[in-house]
Formats: sequence, structure tokens, C-alpha cells
Amino acid sequence: MRSAVLDPGGTTTPPLARRIAALLLLALTSVTLLLVATPARAQGPVASATAACVADAATGCIVGTLRTEAGEPVVGAVLNVVGPQGELTATSDATGRWSVAVTEPGEYEVTLDVATIPAGEALRDPANNPRTVAVGLGASAAALFPLGAPAAGGGGGDTGDEPSDSPTTGTDGGAAAVPTTPGSTGSGVTAARVAQLTVNGLVFGTLLALASVGLSLIYGTTGLSNFAHGEQVSLGGILAYVGTQLVGLPLIPSAIIAVALGAATGWLQDAGLWKPLRRRGVGMIQQMIVTIGLSMAISYVFQFFFGAGPLRIVTDTPTSVSIGPVRITTTTLWSLAIAAIVLGGVAYFLLGTRAGRATRAVADNPALAAASGISVNGMIRIVWTLGAGLAALGGVLIGLYFGATSWYSGGALLLLMFAAVTLGGLGAAFGALAGSIVIGLVVELSSLWIPTDMRYASALVILILVLLVRPQGILGRATRVG
Amino acid sequence: MDWTRILTNVAGEFFAPTTAAYALAAVGLNIHFGLTGLLNMGQAGFMLLGAYGFAIATIAGWPLWAAVLIAIAAATIFALILGIPTLKLRGDYLAIVTIAAAEIVRLVGRSTALTELTGASSGLRGNQYKDTFQDASPFDDGTWALGPFEYAVNASNSWWIRIVGWVVVGLACWLVWLLIRSPWGRVLKGIREDEDAVRSLGKNVYSYKMQALVLGGVIGSLAGILYVLPRAVQPDSMGRSMTFFIWTILLLGGAATVFGPVLGSIIFWAVLALVKLTLRDVVPTTFLRSEQIEQFGWIIVGVALMLLIIFRPQGILGDKKELAINAH
Repeated sequence: MRSAVLDPGGTTTPPLARRIAALLLLALTSVTLLLVATPARAQGPVASATAACVADAATGCIVGTLRTEAGEPVVGAVLNVVGPQGELTATSDATGRWSVAVTEPGEYEVTLDVATIPAGEALRDPANNPRTVAVGLGASAAALFPLGAPAAGGGGGDTGDEPSDSPTTGTDGGAAAVPTTPGSTGSGVTAARVAQLTVNGLVFGTLLALASVGLSLIYGTTGLSNFAHGEQVSLGGILAYVGTQLVGLPLIPSAIIAVALGAATGWLQDAGLWKPLRRRGVGMIQQMIVTIGLSMAISYVFQFFFGAGPLRIVTDTPTSVSIGPVRITTTTLWSLAIAAIVLGGVAYFLLGTRAGRATRAVADNPALAAASGISVNGMIRIVWTLGAGLAALGGVLIGLYFGATSWYSGGALLLLMFAAVTLGGLGAAFGALAGSIVIGLVVELSSLWIPTDMRYASALVILILVLLVRPQGILGRATRVG
Repeated sequence: MDWTRILTNVAGEFFAPTTAAYALAAVGLNIHFGLTGLLNMGQAGFMLLGAYGFAIATIAGWPLWAAVLIAIAAATIFALILGIPTLKLRGDYLAIVTIAAAEIVRLVGRSTALTELTGASSGLRGNQYKDTFQDASPFDDGTWALGPFEYAVNASNSWWIRIVGWVVVGLACWLVWLLIRSPWGRVLKGIREDEDAVRSLGKNVYSYKMQALVLGGVIGSLAGILYVLPRAVQPDSMGRSMTFFIWTILLLGGAATVFGPVLGSIIFWAVLALVKLTLRDVVPTTFLRSEQIEQFGWIIVGVALMLLIIFRPQGILGDKKELAINAH
């Protein structure tokens, strides 16, 4: 029994029957959610008649949406695209959308024919027309031409704008070939699509698990909800970007250095910040607010040095393979293998080694663990280092999976990690793994029914539903948590 | 360096509409956190819902009072939905759920599926919904100058929005002052200090927490209206960082005090303006680009939040003995 589940929050594992019941309940919840979400599709936008470009291994897309200053779609505007594939043209449809499919990766110059936009409208930034976009195969690149009065230098002194919901700013990586425009969700529920999305969900969930296991371990041993864990994920991706693009190292050494440095920041953070705070007797809620301040400071430090745009860790187009109806890039396959091995290693560490048992003892009862001769602070240090290292690895692999990382790539995933950790039971490391995979599947499969840009919201709805029905999570202990 | 211009601009922040909106949002959060001890990490979600409710109702042709009622109703329903699953659970669950729910509001609001209603990520422009508010002004159009401060009377970033904004902030502070002294407020403070003790006195803790969540949320939704009136409803500018700014403001001024949120908001925006304007004048743009100065300001806010909560959790006006953040 013990090897089946790890629950640092409890000495005994729940009976098998109860766990199965919990899993069934979880499945039911997901199904209910999907059913509830179904009608939304009926009201959703109908796919436009013009064949919208769908990025796959052999094609890349250049896409955009044109709106007037008043927000009305611009119909029938003509765009010229010149690049490695010669000259192509596109016309915006009834919703203002246009797309061009290319089979040659490279830089394309996109020109909006200003004679075809409605009278009285002008480009907000005329210097941006024509503009050059880089597009890879299996990716979508956006070329936007905002209309309106010419802007006078930036948005001014308003608060920091949050970027789009997903870390896929501008470029969708190979396997994540679901374009983020709802116009292309119209292909409906087909077996091939379900298979592809299921695989995408499993991949995304496994990569997410790398990050959320660390979050769960830290919560388990210290009781701290670490809101800055997303920034540890971004850190991994950005360090890998620095290694490959700025220093010029090959990917693998750069990734290893990124993970090592990420783990080092976990060690330093505990030594320089959290241990002194624990010694001062600063309470858990206060520490949680410290993590919020830290998350804000770190994410703006990233933005300060690296800007708000996407940062591509590797620039060459990934090669992909087809397994039945499912297309997956070789990079993703390698990432999946690495993640599985690392997660297996973490499981072995927790279940099979003395240090791992000590970690669980600390999570279970710090005072008793200390009385038994376990160095509580030492164990917490190990957990911080391990958690930050796992997050950095997750950041690198997620950055590769989505094609780019950014200052916000971890921040966007933070709530999904919390959803996964809560779903699995706060503090239960294996629960976080199971929760991540469920969340990954929910996020990807929900785009069958709801617009893709809302798919992260579905995972957060699951989080709230779980708290309503089973607050201790799927693998958590049924105790009073109020 | 032009100190007169910088200091005038900084002084302008003292009574700017944004300062009032953030002060009001912090008053709402003060009812949650300062009085009741609820960790609401989704105050921006209440604001965004209020802003959407008001703007969409106005665009649909509803009068001013009805649009405001819609905003209040939206915040009430949102608070009930959040409260039912979480108020019986430990505090950090509420934190995670509220931050997730605020994010759901933002993600749904910016989704292209709702473009006709919410304008998706580009949002709703101010001109579409600010007419009813401007028409309600009793003053003639024009501009007024008070010393170095010259603004339009009614249009956009106006004296009218400043007057209404600060009157609402004043009323909210008065409400909090009354609540703190009332039997109802004493129960809330009791819940903050020791939930089980209050329960053993026969009070329905769940119901009191829910009332506090709704009240603070409604005040948050009014702050949302105030925030968007001089600008536009843009979901991405009302996300997680907005909630964190409100927390910084509340902790800076002092939670569980009447004027803490107001003082916090004034200091927050004035210091931020001072830092940014000074940097813009002193540091050449070749060394720091203007958006980097902006980001530098937010880095300072993050660090300030950390230092405040560690070294002075009671803020400027608060009483350390009264505010036991970790009571439960």
C-alpha cells in the first residue's frame, strides 16, 4: 500500500476503495463540466467560410484580425505577403480575420493595402506597414495592423498589462497546433481530433506536473502556498533562452545549466529569505503575501531585462512524426521521456531513500521529526532546492513545447499548478502528479467545446468544483480543513 | 530637472480618479481582510465585473442608476458563488479560489467568443458608456483650474469624476467607521481573531463571512466603475497585478483602520509617480527605456510589499496588537 501513494499529510494511506470512489467522482465532475459546457458551442462563432489556415507539420500560418477603431470587423481588406514562398494574398473575411498558409518557413513581409480599408480609417502606426513576421512550420505568427488615430507613444502610465492567457505569445509550437482563433474550432468532434487533443493534454499535464510537484512538496513541508513558483518556471525557460540565444550554447548543456541555476535559486531563496522568516516566527499568511510580492518583483525584473515579447529557446523548426492520427514533434517526445524519468526519480527519492522518508516525516509532523533527530531545516532546504530545480526543468520543457518562453510563461501556469495541486490534495506530491495530468487533459479537451482562448478557464472551474465537492482533493486525506 | 512640474504632477496624483478608485477597492478589501480576515486575492475580479456590468448595461441603453445596480448585482452573485464552496474551508483555499475566479472573469471577458458583448481583449472604449455619467453632472461644460491643476469639468478625466469618486470614498469610509463600532462589526472582528470562539457563542460564522464578502465585493465593483470611467474597460489591465496593488495599498496604509486604505492609495500613487517622473528626467533614455522605467516602478512595488508584510504588517496607521494576520 505504501508504495501506491505518498501522502505527506498523513501517516496512513486511505483505503483503496475510497480512492477509487474519489477518482470516479473526479471523472464524473469532468464529464459534467464538459456536458455543461456543450451548449456554449452552439452559441459560439461559426467557422468562417474561407478556409482558415490550420498549422501542422507541413504548414505554417500568418494570421491576423482587422478591426476599425470602433471595433467593427474590416471586411474585404487585401493583404500582400511576400517571402520565401513568393507572393501570396489574403482577404479579410466577415469577421475581419485573414490567414495565409505557407509551406516554406522564414521571414515574410506583410503589407496591408490601405486602399482597401474603409474610408476614414487609418493605421495607428503607419511605420508598421509593411511589417515582417517570422513563421515556422507548425506555428502561427500574428501580423496585426491596429487601426485608429496614430498613437502618441505607448499606453502611458497605466498599470502593467497582463499578456494573453497562454504562454504561446505569437507562436504556437509544433504539437500545440491548435490555433488560438475560435474560427478554427469549428472542425467539431472527430476521433482524430480527440486523439490529438488527448495526447496534447497528456504531454501538457506531464510537463505541468514537473512544476506542480515542487509546489506541492513545498506546501507539504512548510505549509506555504508559494505564489512565486510560476516565476521559478519562467526562470528556467529564460535561463535556457539566455544559454542558447545569448551565450550560444547548444540546447542540452544550456538546459542543464538552467536547471542547475534554477535549483540554486531555490537553495538561496530558502537560505536568504524563508529560513530567516521562519526563525522570526513570521506567520504562514504573511509568508504567503511575501511570495506574492516576490512574484511581482521577479516577473517585472524579467520584463525589465528581457522585454515583454516571446523568447524562442530554439529557432529551428522542430521535426514531427505521425503516430496513427496523432502528430507529435520529436522534441516533445524527448521532453516527455525526460519528464517521466525525472518524475520517477522524485518518486524513488521520496519512497526509497532515507532523505525522502525524512522529508515526508517533516511534512507529517515537524516537531516529532525534529525530536527523532531529523534536521527539519535541512529537509526544507532540500525540498526548496528540489522544487525550484523541477520548476526550472518544467520551464525549459514547456518553453520548448510551446515554441517560446516569456516573462509570463510561468505566471500564466501558476493557477493551473494550484488547480492541479488542490485537485490532487494540497501537499500530496503524487496527488499533484495525478492532478496535473487531469488538468492538462481538461485544458486541451475542453477546446473541443469551448473557444480555445477560454480553455484555461475550464481548469479553474474544475478547481472551484473540486473544492465544492471534495476539498481534500482526489488523493488527499478526508479531514476537516476548515 | 523641472521640479515644479514633477511635484505638480505628483500632487495631482493625491486626488486623481485612479487614486480614488484604488482607495475604494482597498476599502472593500479592508472589509474582507482587515475586519473579517478573509484572504480575497480576487478583488480585481470584482472590479472587472462591476466595470463590465456598468459598461454593458449602459451600452444597452440603461439609465445610470440601473447600470450601477447591475454592477452591484454582478458583484453580489460573484461573491455568493465564491463564498459557498470556500468560506467553510481554511483561509488559503479562499485565496486560491478568488484569484482563480478573478482570472476566469478576465479570460472569459477577453475571449473572442464574446467580442460583441465585451469587445474581447481590446475591451470597451470609454466613449461608449461614459455619457450617462457625464450627463448626470450638474455643472456646465468647460474647464476649471485650481492652482496648477486644470481639468475639464465633465469630460473624461474631469473634476466631476474626482468629486463623485472622493464622495463615494468618503461614504465608504464612513460606512466602515460605523461598521467597526457596530455589534455586527464586532462579530466580524471576533471571527478574524478566533472563529471557533465566535461559533461557540452561537453566531452563524458562515453567514457573517458571506455578508462581509458580499459587502466588500460590492464596494470593489463600485471601485471598478470609478476606475474605468476616465479610461476604457480593458480586461488585461485589470488582472492579478491590480489585486496585488490593492493589497500593497491596504497593507501600506494599515488594514483594519478606517483611513488606512485612503492614505495607502495616496502614498502608493504619489510615490510611484515621483519615482517614475524623476527617473524619466534624470536617466537618459539610452540607458533606461520608458517602459523599463515603468517596470522598475512595479519592481519597487513588489519589494515594498514584501518588506511591509515582514517588518510592518500593521502599516502606517494600524495597531499591531489589533491585527493578528495569522489568527487562523
